[in-house]
Amino acid sequence: MSLDKVTLRISRSGGKRVSYEVKYRKGMTVLDALTEVREKQDSSLGYRHSCRMGICGSCGMTIEGRPMLACQTQVSSLNKESISIEPLRSMAVIRDLVVDINPFFDLHRSVRPYLIRNNVNERDHSDREYRVLTEEVQKFLQFDYCIMCGLCYAACPTVALDPFYTGPQAITQAYRYMADPRDEGWEGRIDLLDTSHGVWRCHMAGACSFVCPKDVDPAKAVQLARIEVMKRRVLRKRGKGGSRLVPPPVSEASKEGVKPPPFDFGGAEK
Amino acid sequence: MVETIDHDVVIVGSGLAGMRAAVEILSRSGDSGKTLAVLSKLALMRSHSVAAEGGTAAVLYPEDGDSLELHAWDTIKGSDFLADQDSVWKFVSLCPGEIRQMERWGTPWSRREDGRIAQRPFGGHSFNRATYAQDKVGFFEMRSLYDKLQEFSNWTRYDETFVTALVIQDGVFRGFIGIKLRTGAIVYFRARAGIIATGGAGQLWKFTATSVSTTGDGIGLAYRAGLPIEDMEFMQFHPTGLIPTGILITEGARGEGGYLVNSKGERFMQKYASSKMELAPRDVVSRSMMKEINEGRGFTDEDSGLSYLQLDLRHLGKEKIDTKLPFIKELSMKFIGVDPAEEPIRIKPTAHYTMGGIRVDGNGRVLDGSGRFVKGLWSAGESACVSIHGANRLGANSTAECLVYGKIVGEDIAAYLDSEPNAPAPTDGSLISAEEARIFGDLFRREESSADVYSVKAKLRDVMDKSVYVFRDETGLSEATRQIRALKDEFKGVKVTDGGRVFNYNLQDVLEVGIMLELAEVVARGALDRRESRGGHARTDYPNRDDAGWLKHTLALRTADGPSFSYSPVTITMWKPVERKY
Repeated sequence: MSLDKVTLRISRSGGKRVSYEVKYRKGMTVLDALTEVREKQDSSLGYRHSCRMGICGSCGMTIEGRPMLACQTQVSSLNKESISIEPLRSMAVIRDLVVDINPFFDLHRSVRPYLIRNNVNERDHSDREYRVLTEEVQKFLQFDYCIMCGLCYAACPTVALDPFYTGPQAITQAYRYMADPRDEGWEGRIDLLDTSHGVWRCHMAGACSFVCPKDVDPAKAVQLARIEVMKRRVLRKRGKGGSRLVPPPVSEASKEGVKPPPFDFGGAEK
Repeated sequence: MVETIDHDVVIVGSGLAGMRAAVEILSRSGDSGKTLAVLSKLALMRSHSVAAEGGTAAVLYPEDGDSLELHAWDTIKGSDFLADQDSVWKFVSLCPGEIRQMERWGTPWSRREDGRIAQRPFGGHSFNRATYAQDKVGFFEMRSLYDKLQEFSNWTRYDETFVTALVIQDGVFRGFIGIKLRTGAIVYFRARAGIIATGGAGQLWKFTATSVSTTGDGIGLAYRAGLPIEDMEFMQFHPTGLIPTGILITEGARGEGGYLVNSKGERFMQKYASSKMELAPRDVVSRSMMKEINEGRGFTDEDSGLSYLQLDLRHLGKEKIDTKLPFIKELSMKFIGVDPAEEPIRIKPTAHYTMGGIRVDGNGRVLDGSGRFVKGLWSAGESACVSIHGANRLGANSTAECLVYGKIVGEDIAAYLDSEPNAPAPTDGSLISAEEARIFGDLFRREESSADVYSVKAKLRDVMDKSVYVFRDETGLSEATRQIRALKDEFKGVKVTDGGRVFNYNLQDVLEVGIMLELAEVVARGALDRRESRGGHARTDYPNRDDAGWLKHTLALRTADGPSFSYSPVTITMWKPVERKY
């Protein structure tokens, strides 16, 4: 298909769809097209961007119904003369394509995403290095590719239904550290994941892995995290002389008396 | 009424230097109740440091034959002898500790077979000391620091806060004024100590490797506050920017054995640097490349009209590319549809690193026009000019500098907070209302818009690409200076056309372009005055280095008529300048 122009149908604040026509040039990305709009047609168009090379994670948006990074999406790859662009889902819209990504950052923080060592002094104030073999690095490296763009979160059907769900990105990051041979925080993180809003909430739609621009494969990390959780349950059971299974987990939120909102299967605004 | 927010320390910029400093301060302040703020005009983790690819330099295993002396010598020779040698020594001695510190905070360094940390060859280094984690070094370091920050509680992140002014009273730092993009509100961040860690000014050029955000804001803040900025004419053009956008193909690609090839199929570096070949320092390689292109041995890209050369990785084989250079493969596949294992990549020198910046001493303390410490103010990373890199930075020394100086500055501030009185002095409120009036009065309410900010920006970047690129001369630089002045005049007619307050990126663009124009003038004027060729500053009309006349740092101070220049001596403690051969 030969393109000489392309129409962007952009969902803007207040629920309006506004169309902009942009002249196509070879190699044009969706981000290039948006920049063209802001610089030449409508300076009020809100969208985030920065690195232009798919590593800073700023420009996530819903392009033709699918969460993608605008900077590494070639206009020609969409094979359309008219492209639908909407903000990422499961996040509140602030202006046009700019969404509130803070809840996503908070979830990441909640799983203790840092190297935990029993000897803090050794970790923070020594001049030694841990010896790690390449095959050990391989166990977590892929999960460290996460650029925190939020595409997996926006694509996840469970996130859309359960705002208390830890989410694919945060579970992946918890697992990234659990799989790191240098880390000693395994036990504590499992408590965070073994809840009704944790790893068991995922129902394996696999949308996260499908949309991840960095091939992190969060769906795999969730499965691996489940294995770790089960291992720990078995260990606990043995420790207690095989008395009984660990009781169903209770989330922090419900302990404090906060009830998750009821499920909403409609398209109501969040 | 402008809201005032109080913290003990305010860090502007959330890249490697800013976050490293934040971690250092937090881990030293413990439960003392001191609070820290990290401001970013993006969000944390979006800073341009994530795009650093190839390596972080450090002497990790002296038993293998490397030494601090050798790292220092390579850095100084690479700098074309403009680096301050005492600072270089301090820098190289702290690099190994930082690599190991990052290791203990989780950075997935690539490993040797015995589990020790792996290192690769890099341009201008005479030992394999570029420590790497595949080809995403800056990204992984950022991940580790960002994650490490999550462990602390006594800090606040102010994402998407654009700082517009630096407040200094009676020679003492008082705070920063910024706009919270989310609400459009102007906020005064009052603090006892501040760090400017906002990176470089690569966006002054159109063909650039750097993020859209690297507009030199922090350097501009200092310049506007009447502080000297140093060596701005020294810009590094990285040899391998991908056609047509300029995004970076790491030097690691050549470190792993890649060739640079001209249209005659020759590895032309043979002519210019027969022993180091493709791994000569970047200034040498970029000059050689432009010489090849100017003498007609380049290729021309039909779509963009850009001249280019080839980076050939085919002989490395698919497996090596996949394991050592996966990001290069991804960029090449996604942006130009080329598999580097099958076809050479089209590249040319791209604006990459600002060697100059805010003038600081060996502890990262910001100095005023007479060389006195502006009490309470530090700068670290690319926005600062220590100067370690002199006229040309070696590859893998910038991420190293960010980590080392983040730590040095963090330590220095922790000590400063303990030794200085607690209460911040009252601030002269007129400064803040003046800033508010400038932004929301002037820029918004201007009657008619006679100029378009984006067209001014585009014209500026064309001028820089044309006349202030790898090779420069009197005619081009005079013309560039004249055009930049004209653009400054044109810019006076620019109005913010987006009337909204929330996420008004148009306002941010206007504020950034205002700073870019001033910095571009400093770069072009400084380059015009410096009648010699040294490192990143190559003059065709003065092709040699002139140590008798120009072995000195350039200092620019702002006046109503643009920059006024003075010069200061280079600190030479170990090695006298000699001819550079590679």
